[in-house]
Parts: sequence; structure tokens; C-alpha cells
Amino acid sequence: MTAGAAAAATGRPGGVLPASLAANPLLRDWLDFAADGVVTIRSGKVEFGQGVWTALAQVAAEELDVDLARVRVAPVSTAASPDEGVTSGSRSVEDSGSALRQACAQARAVLLGAAAAKLGVAERELRVRDGRILTAGGDTGLSYWLLAEPGLLQRPAGPQLPVKSAGAWSVAGRSAPRLDLPDKVAGRPRFLHDLRLPGMAFGRVIRPPGPAATLTDLADPDLPPGVLAVVRDGSFLGVVAESDRAAAAAAAAVAAAARWAERDSLPDEDHLRDFLLRAPAEVAAVARRRDPAAAARVSRTLAAEYTRPYLAHASMAPSCAVARWDEGAVTVWTHSQGVFPLRRALADGLATDPAHIRVNHVEGAGTYGHNGADDAALDAVLLARAVPGRPVRVIWSREDELAWSPFGSAMLARLSAGLDRSGRILTWRQDVWSGGFDGRPGAGGQPRLLALGHLAGGRPMAPAPDGPPAGSVGSTRNAVPGYDIPDLEVTRHRLQAMPLRTSALRSLGAFLNVFAIESFMDELAAAADADPVAFRLANLSDPRGRRVIEEAAALAGWAARPGRPRGAGAGGGPRETPRGEGTGLGLGYARYKGTAGYCAAVAEVEADTDVRLLRLWLAVDVGRVINPDGVINQVEGGAVQSASWTLRERVRFSRSRVTSVNWDSYPVLRFSEVPEVTARLVRAPGEPETGAGELAQGPVAAAIGNAVADAVGVRVRDLPLTREQVVKAIEAG
Amino acid sequence: MTESVRVTVNGTAVTVRCAADASLLDVLRSDLGLSGPRFGCGSGLCGACFVLVDGRPTASCGYPAPAAGGREITTVEGLAAGGLLHPVQQAFLDEQAAQCGYCTSGMVISAVALLRARPAPTAAEVRQALDGNLCRCGAHQRIVRAVLRAARAATAGGGTAAAGTAGAAR
Repeated sequence: MTAGAAAAATGRPGGVLPASLAANPLLRDWLDFAADGVVTIRSGKVEFGQGVWTALAQVAAEELDVDLARVRVAPVSTAASPDEGVTSGSRSVEDSGSALRQACAQARAVLLGAAAAKLGVAERELRVRDGRILTAGGDTGLSYWLLAEPGLLQRPAGPQLPVKSAGAWSVAGRSAPRLDLPDKVAGRPRFLHDLRLPGMAFGRVIRPPGPAATLTDLADPDLPPGVLAVVRDGSFLGVVAESDRAAAAAAAAVAAAARWAERDSLPDEDHLRDFLLRAPAEVAAVARRRDPAAAARVSRTLAAEYTRPYLAHASMAPSCAVARWDEGAVTVWTHSQGVFPLRRALADGLATDPAHIRVNHVEGAGTYGHNGADDAALDAVLLARAVPGRPVRVIWSREDELAWSPFGSAMLARLSAGLDRSGRILTWRQDVWSGGFDGRPGAGGQPRLLALGHLAGGRPMAPAPDGPPAGSVGSTRNAVPGYDIPDLEVTRHRLQAMPLRTSALRSLGAFLNVFAIESFMDELAAAADADPVAFRLANLSDPRGRRVIEEAAALAGWAARPGRPRGAGAGGGPRETPRGEGTGLGLGYARYKGTAGYCAAVAEVEADTDVRLLRLWLAVDVGRVINPDGVINQVEGGAVQSASWTLRERVRFSRSRVTSVNWDSYPVLRFSEVPEVTARLVRAPGEPETGAGELAQGPVAAAIGNAVADAVGVRVRDLPLTREQVVKAIEAG
Repeated sequence: MTESVRVTVNGTAVTVRCAADASLLDVLRSDLGLSGPRFGCGSGLCGACFVLVDGRPTASCGYPAPAAGGREITTVEGLAAGGLLHPVQQAFLDEQAAQCGYCTSGMVISAVALLRARPAPTAAEVRQALDGNLCRCGAHQRIVRAVLRAARAATAGGGTAAAGTAGAAR
């Protein structure tokens, strides 16, 4: 971290303003006191069930000294919110929280300045209690709301002001109930899917049967009453009707009347490894450090390959959007993670000025990266164009949600490492093959919205970018192990073909990279005849990393587990000896992105050829914490989702179509299969806050893989750890 | 072709006209303006659209609306009584048992049906009863805790009397 960034994080006077505030300096853009007794805060970060609004409200309440109940979070809109890009990368509390904290500190200073002037006392003699201004003599009768004359906060942020230290917090740092849950448990309208606008019409899009299919003919469809428009533009087909029911019936009629030319464009799903290794790829160095002296001491070298399949977001709600096309103005309601980038992409795609487009965020179901929300927004705009002046709501089918939302890319990681005689890791090579993870609207200067490729004259979407290789915003996230390795080289092979559309999915490349690194660590430990926990600690000097490993191991009773002999296999490869009775324990660890939160996970499984995940224990260190229960909720949820990816999930496809289009063919973990999860926060109040939403994904996958190896004595290196893969590994072993 | 269906929804008798193949979910959302039952998959595989049909948890997306004639439908909106949340809803708040909350309505419906049949279930029974409800955010463990908490509250407080007594703060 640079000195400036450190100063911003701690609010040191005179430091650099938090980036989000520097980019959106007007205080009034962040908060106002317009409603009596209420503080309205604005953030560019959107809520999708991760609890970020509650955490941001806590930050504001803390810095302003008002009750949390007084804080309202304004809906995110391009018309009124600070532009904070995309809500992604577990950076909301870091980015928006630090900006909002500083904006609140500055607003408070402005308001106290006004109070001091009114009262004729020095500012330092004033205190605030729940928004009321006090002196040593008691209540002054003044409050933020009396002082906040219109225009008072219509000023840019000044030089960095000091903010409260975590030690002085009374609202932040304590668990607060989520602001959005009361509506959700009562079933009140809250989601975009519930939005009802006057005169609203209903649209459906009829997608091609596969990614490379094109529309060749549309016979006269047998339309039900109530159809307002059938939109046909190239291979884009949609209907607009007076009711959702009529729209669904019309879509079925149009689908029946449509003829498509299909083309085999997809790789052989059963040989994804071949596809990943053979597709044209751009090769780039990710990290490199050389230590010839250390490399010369290597006495033993191991190598292994690990893969993951394509993974789907599989949000509980199909993507949805509402749009209204008026003369010279387009309004969009979306559950996109980034209303500003979406506005630019829509403007680009429609060849219009972004100023003509207003994008409002309304909550959708949980989203775990770049799902179909943005694409649905363009669908709605294209259909709304056919019925100007009327809002049109588009909802995708479950099948389209699973077939057309971008996927997290399939990946392959090839690792090799050299050990010395004492079990120190001296060399490490890691090569990562992957499609891009940065396929969001606007990435690479392209709008990247699904329907643009289907419209007449539209071009196929270019392969997704993946960020700079040395950064950590794509497949190379966590590709560089955090252990003390003197001689290391990591290389990215970014695929130049994109048969299946890929983009951001929770934790990006970290899921496979950590699974690979931490599986390999166990293989190395076995080769060194060392306990996996002890082996990690012997190769890791970072004290915060060591602490979470020790804590997770302690939670799981690692030291007390039945002993199991370990030794090198005859052929020089590792041999992992099973613990009795088909149960196993495994550990996985990573510092997310190499620079953010720490997580260690221990899994307990019961496995023969079927794997049953019994328990997970996690220890996390995310620095300073705003809402401890919110962090635990995110860690638990991330752990369960990772377990689902690890054990069950795999996008299925033929050579021309995605075939895993329902919950039967794309199964996710169910209640009867979900493990018990124990998540513990390792406190680090002196460290800057980091996100908690993604850090469990990799460690949990590795913990499960290592537990399976412990239980069955065979290493399964290809995800998911289904019966089929376990059997394959046993047969190969 | 439309049919006239008379049905009781959340205690109120209503008559709706709908196509013979209209789903109960569509009638509840589009005709009756309810938002609690949610569309998730349209195939009865996710549980987001669950409602009680004569007390049984039922996927309303695949349930033909005409078949609901003469029956009593309860959606998540119909569970609160006397201004107090149902103990299951309250327990979901007390345990902060959700992330995105899109599946919550269906979870609550399944849990209410379970607790009517088995007022003091084990954790394993709760998991079994909720197995047809998918949650993608991974809030399962909290949801199980919430259902067990609601069971305890109902047993301790004598039915729904316990509703609304606990604060949301943990």
C-alpha cells in the first residue's frame, strides 16, 4: 500500500482523499439532511443481499454521531448517485465506506462550523448526540437538520480530515440487523421483479437455441390477444404484450414459428483440458522472481494439473429489467451491479448520448459477479423502443438465465515445485489457462451486451478481457502463492477464443488458483512427510496468514484428529494415506488477491466414491470490521456456495447448445447436503477493512479437495468432485 | 378461453378470471398484486413460489389456477396477524437468516407448514422439510437456526403469542 492510500484508509489529516470521494467530491452527492430527522446517504454501490447498505449506514451513523435508525440509503441511480463504477471485487466497504466516512466527517465539520458561528463558541467546545449539537452546558437547541440549510453541503470535499478511530466506534464494529430484511421476510415489493409502473407492458425475448445459431425464418406466428409488438431485428426476437401472461404465450408462439440455423461452435465438454491447452492463447508473465542459489538446492520436484469447468451464476431470480423509451430519453430500471458502466454501454450500443439515458438500480436476487442483469436491460430498451412512452418489463426464463448469463471460465492450472531436503519450498512454477473474467459492459471499450450480437449487422462479442496479467482482476487472481518461495514464475495463457461467453464470477480465478495451490501444498506436504498445517506454517512468514491457519486448525480440532502415516509413493509421486472409516479432514488457505482478507478453511468429509461434506470451519481476518454478523454471513454464504461449486457444479453443453438449463441439469447444493459451517473472525482492528464476500471461495474448495484425498487416499484434481471424477481419479491412480 | 375461479387468498374470498392454463403464481402476482410468491424457475424445482394450498406447501408456478377453486391459499403476506409477524418470519429477522432474500418467502412457507405438522422438529427434519427450497447465497445454516428458533418460541410462548416479542438486533 502506498503512503497516500494508507493515509486515505486511516483518514490521516492531510492525506489523499479516498479515491471515490476524490472522483465525486461534492459532499451533497454523498449525504443530505433534507428530510427532518433523517440522514440520507448516497453510494454508488448497490445492494444485492450482501448487506453493503447496512454497513454503509453504520459508517455514516458512526461518523456523524446519529442513531443508525435515522440513516436511509438512497437508491442508486445515474441521476443522483456518485459514480463508483461496478459493485464488485469485494471493495465496497473499502471504497465507498472510506469515501462516505470522509464525506460524513467533512459534513459534520461544516455543520459544526455553522453551529459555532451561530452560538459564538469555538467548534471544539461542541459535541454531537444523535444529530443534536451540545455544549458542556447541555443541548444548544441546534441540530444537523436545523443547520443544514439548502446549499450548505453543495461544496467539494476539502483536505482530508481526521476520522474516528475504530477504538472509539459505538455503531460501526457491532453487528447491526440488515436494513433490507424486514421487507423481504414480509414478502413486500422490494425486488425489481415486483416493480409496477403505470401503463407497464410486458416483454419476452426469444433467444436462439445456441450461441452460434442464427434466425433464418419466422413464419406467421399464431399470436394470442393483447400483443402490442413483435420485434425482429436480425436474430433478435421479442414480443411486447399487455400482460405478462400474454407475453409468455406470444413468446411461445413466436418460438414455434422461428427457424434457426444452428452451428457446432462449442468445445467437447468431455475434453475441456484439450480445448484449454489447444485454443489460441496470449501468453504473459504474471510474476517472476529468480534465486538460482535456492533453485540449485532443490532435491525433489513435483508437478500436477488442476481444472475447473465453466460455472454458472445461477441466481435464484431470472434476470429482469424495465425500460421506457420516450422521445429523446430512455429510462432503465435494472439490477445491474454497475449503473454507470451500463449507461455508457447502452449509449454505445444504441449510438446515442449517455446523457439521454437514465439508469436506476432496483434490487434483484443475489448476484455473484456479472450475470444477465445488464443484458436484460438492453432487451428491455429494445422492446420499449417498439412501444414508445410505455414502460416495458422483461423477465428472462430460467432456461435463458442458465444458458445466456455469462459463465465463469473453465480453467486449467499446471503447477510444479521444488523442495529441499527439509521440506522448504524453493521453486514454484504456475501456468494458468483461462478465458477472460472481465467481460462486463464497457470492458475493452466494448459495450458487451448480449443482444448487440444478435441484432442485424451485430458482430459476435470479442473474447472477454482479463485485466493486466500482473494485476489480480482476472484469471490470475491468487495465481501467485503467498508462501515464502525464493524462486517463482507464474504465467497466464489467456484464451483468444470464447465459444462460451465468460465474465466475472465471484472470486474470479482465485477459485481454481487457490484450489490448485492448496491441493498442491498438501501433495508437497505428503512428499515431505509433513503434516499439512505444519508444512504450511513452515513456508509462511506472514503473521496474519499464520494466525488464521492456526485458528481454523484449532477450531476443527486438527491436532486431535487420528494420526495417519504419510509417506512418499514408490514412483516418486506423493502417496496420501487414507484415514480410516472413509472420513477425512483437509485445510485450505489464501490471502484473497494477495493483498486483501485472509481465510483458512478446514473441511470434514465422508467419502468413498460419493463425497459428503459434513463440516466446515473457517477463520477469517478482514481487518477492521463494520458489521461483524454481516461479515460472518458473507463468509458462511461464500463457503456454502464454494462447496456447491466444488462438489456439484458444471455447465453442460453439446457442440451447439448449453444443456444445463434447469435446476435438474445444473444442480446446486441443497439443505440436506449443506455442511455445518463455523466461521470465526480473527480480530485485527488496526488493519484497514477489506471485503469478505469472496475470500472463502478458494480455501473452501481446497479444504474439501484435501479432505477427499485424506478420506479416499486419491487426489482428485478435476472439479467438481462428483462421483464420476472420484472414480476416474481412483482408476487413474 | 377464460374461466372464473373463486378462491380464498389470505383469508379473503376473491373471484378471478383467468385462462385455463394460467398458473396460480401468475394469478397471485399479476391479478391479485401480491409480491411474496416469487418466480424462480417455472418448473417447481426451486421453491421460490411456494404458497400454502389448504395448508400444504405447493409450487404455485406449476399449479393451474383453476385447480385452486374453492381452496384456501396462504402466501407469505398472509402469515402476519394482528400487526405482528409470524414467529417464523420474526425468527428469520432474529437470526438474520437471509442474504438476497429472494428465496425467503418460499422458505418461510415451507417452515410454517413444517411447524404446523411438527411443532418441535430436529435440525435434520428442518433440513429435510426445506430440501425443495433452493438458496443460492448460502444462508442455509441461518435458515435452519431460524426455523428451530421459531419452533422454540412457539412452544415456549404458546403458539403465535411469541411473535414479535424478540428484537431484530442480535
